[in-house]
Amino acid sequence: MSAGVSVGLEACAKTFADDTRALEPVTLEIARGETLVFLGPSGCGKTTTLRIIAGLEAPDPGGRVRFDGEDVTSIPIERRNVGMVFQSYALFPNMNVAENIGYGLKIRGASRAQRQARVEELVALTGIEGLERRQVDQLSGGQRQRVALARAVAPRPRVLLLDEPLTALDASLRERLRVELNRLLRSLGITTVYVTHDQAEAMALGDRIVVMRAGAIAQIGSPREIYFEPASRFVAEFVGAANIVEGTACDGAIVLPGARIPIGTTGKVTLMLRPETIAVVPPDAAELSGRIENVTFVGDRQRIVIADAASRPLLIDAPNTIAAAPGERVGLRIDPTRIRVLPEERDEQGGKS
Amino acid sequence: MLTRLVFAGQLAFTLVVAAFLIVPAVLSMLAGVTVNYFRGIRSGVTLEWMVEVWELYAETIVRSFEVAFATLLLTLIVGVPAAYALHVRQGSWSRLIEEIITLPLAVPGLAIALALLLTYGGFGAFRGSWLFIAGHVVFTLPFMVRAVMAVFAAIDVKTLDESAASLGASPWRRFRDVIAPNARPGILAGSLMVVTLSLGEFNLTWMLHTPLTKTLPVGLADSYASMRLEIASAYTLIFFIMIIPLLIAMQMLGRDKRSAA
Amino acid sequence: MSLAARFRLRAAKAAGSGTAFARLCLVPLAIVVAAFFVLPMLGLIEVGAGGPKGMAAYAAILVEPRYRSTLINTVVLAAATTVTTLVIATIAGLFLQRNRFPGHSLLVAMLTFPLAFPGVVVGFLVILLAGRQGLIGDISFRLTGGKLVFAYSLGGLFLGYLYFSIPRVILTIMAAVEKLDPWLEEAARSLGAGPWAVHRDVILPALVPAFVASGAIAFATAMGAFGTAFTLATNVDVLPMLIYTEFTLAADLAMAAALSVGLGLVAWAILALARSFAGTTIAAAG
Repeated sequence: MSAGVSVGLEACAKTFADDTRALEPVTLEIARGETLVFLGPSGCGKTTTLRIIAGLEAPDPGGRVRFDGEDVTSIPIERRNVGMVFQSYALFPNMNVAENIGYGLKIRGASRAQRQARVEELVALTGIEGLERRQVDQLSGGQRQRVALARAVAPRPRVLLLDEPLTALDASLRERLRVELNRLLRSLGITTVYVTHDQAEAMALGDRIVVMRAGAIAQIGSPREIYFEPASRFVAEFVGAANIVEGTACDGAIVLPGARIPIGTTGKVTLMLRPETIAVVPPDAAELSGRIENVTFVGDRQRIVIADAASRPLLIDAPNTIAAAPGERVGLRIDPTRIRVLPEERDEQGGKS
Repeated sequence: MLTRLVFAGQLAFTLVVAAFLIVPAVLSMLAGVTVNYFRGIRSGVTLEWMVEVWELYAETIVRSFEVAFATLLLTLIVGVPAAYALHVRQGSWSRLIEEIITLPLAVPGLAIALALLLTYGGFGAFRGSWLFIAGHVVFTLPFMVRAVMAVFAAIDVKTLDESAASLGASPWRRFRDVIAPNARPGILAGSLMVVTLSLGEFNLTWMLHTPLTKTLPVGLADSYASMRLEIASAYTLIFFIMIIPLLIAMQMLGRDKRSAA
Repeated sequence: MSLAARFRLRAAKAAGSGTAFARLCLVPLAIVVAAFFVLPMLGLIEVGAGGPKGMAAYAAILVEPRYRSTLINTVVLAAATTVTTLVIATIAGLFLQRNRFPGHSLLVAMLTFPLAFPGVVVGFLVILLAGRQGLIGDISFRLTGGKLVFAYSLGGLFLGYLYFSIPRVILTIMAAVEKLDPWLEEAARSLGAGPWAVHRDVILPALVPAFVASGAIAFATAMGAFGTAFTLATNVDVLPMLIYTEFTLAADLAMAAALSVGLGLVAWAILALARSFAGTTIAAAG
């Protein structure tokens, strides 16, 4: 299987006919064979960006899309040789599964034998043996998703584009398919652009993640970078739970109701603490302490909300074996190396990376 | 007890309304096969009136079908691609175009007929059936376009179109392989509507017809004015026979769609 | 934005798939509609203003007593038809949509089957019902000794108009009743509303858009109905008949054209008004 091409976006913005600005100018490079995930809430511009790469939308004048350096901006989608999986799958109701999968090859003039061989290959790859003659409306959601993927990949596209392919499925199916999708994408090795609003999906599937907000990029980085070193409050809160503590540091430490936390900088700071970086200890074993407000048993852990330790309640992930009851006073131990100082926010939107 | 009364009252009301609509039609159908209407069904049942109607008016019946199918063909050729274009390019332009094609429904058939006559009446050859086929097309077109657009919306043809494009299909290819086959239910519903409306169209056709180019409804008006009741009824009966299967097919199609939804 | 930039933006937008093809798809439509509707209608408007009276012909519909009384007749008849039809269709439509019983679909079929009957056939059926040898005449003769014949009067015309309006309006009302939210009614009942209150406060208000939509179509259709009046050959003048006589008997082309355009404008205005009120496109009936 080919590794696909590299994709470059240069100052691609999008303004729609009714003057809504869906996308601020975006410039980024996607390496050959990389899986890049666009993550963000609805309306953030991630689908618009995908459609610009696909060729379904044209960027505002001045924007350029390049595949392996070649300018494809004015080439419509049917000649860009991309593979696209739509959120609603868009399987053709008038064709059966095999015909759907083979359609791209039929367009390219492949012989029946070639088509058949390739369809068989993909049916095996996506695990839908036995469904070749079925009509589309006889398939379950998970099966449709696999057919959509097989169909997009069959003509050996240069870039694979997926628009929230798992959103239409229920939670347990989604998790299972996410694992399969990951395996498949790794084995295919095609340059992949994936759009989702689910941060767990983004973390699982992406080599790099682009977090977007209100038409602009909030941060680009690997999953670990995004999680441990969010560039803004928005990214910190969107990707996982975050405790945000604001305060003023002087003499190298920030003062909280319960204790002092040593910090490298001075002046106004915003700190982010992930729930799993704070440990619950007996009240006198740590400088910081607070009162348990409530406890939620989630199964593999407990989510505990602590009041009176900082200016806002703190959310803590504790092992599921600890006995904790509302009203109790407990101590909190914070690992200072896992405190993240958030860069100063330039404006409401947060900084770009 | 009260609910029972209310139910019975409403049922009775509905039955009276239904009777109002059905009884005259049934009467007319009976009259068409009765020897003598004034003496009622006791005078015997006969097909002689139907035979006489055929001898007098066979031409009109044939012409009505010809006009209906010509209208259908034209609305298919003009309407289905247009429905695709209007659906895919949703914008203020397409809304405007939809408004314009729906206008003929608001304008009385009489007015359209007069307008067509004034503009094209001079061209003698055109005055044959073709002028009112044009009129029929103009006023049945919105039904075909609407029916097909409704199906397009229901199956989200826009996304299907995009996905076929992503697989490399040119616009023509997409239309042929994906759009048209999936528009079939809409095309069927639209076709039934067009044929039914064309067969029954009177207002426009009356203004535009010549003694040599009469359709069935025009013949009907003639017979009501000048023929005896039995012949007029037999003629009406033939009309019913033509139209009722179409109406039943439309109802069944509508029911299917609702139960499938 | 400079002209060049604007042009580039347009070209860029058109780079999306198949715009040229879509435009091509609209060409046959454009030709047919332009040639056989737009052009002729414009010609009609012109002819209407081209007679001896000139543009004043258009005002004649309101000014001349004969025309005005015809206009009033037509409007009153159309309005009466619309209101009566709405009442009948609502009672029957609500009943049918909410109750299922053996023979239900047969009843619905019977009520909607006259949908495609041309006005002439309806006129004929009215004659069969209420004409000189009509059913009603027969029955009234047997009951009272006096024959009741009203096919050729305003009553007969009214009956005919009802006949072709009821099927259309019932279909629209039934479709609207189907879409009513049952939870709204249950909420009203949980708050203590009895059946009449539920109808008055929840159901009928929710049906108002359907009333407006189907009422507008019924009104416009009744205004333009020709076949029924033609067959019944009443001495009651309605606008379409007036147009016809001006054209054929009086050979007053300009007047006929002016009246036609006027009629068309009125019908279109009613529908546009109703559409803006209801907010959605009205599904036109036959």
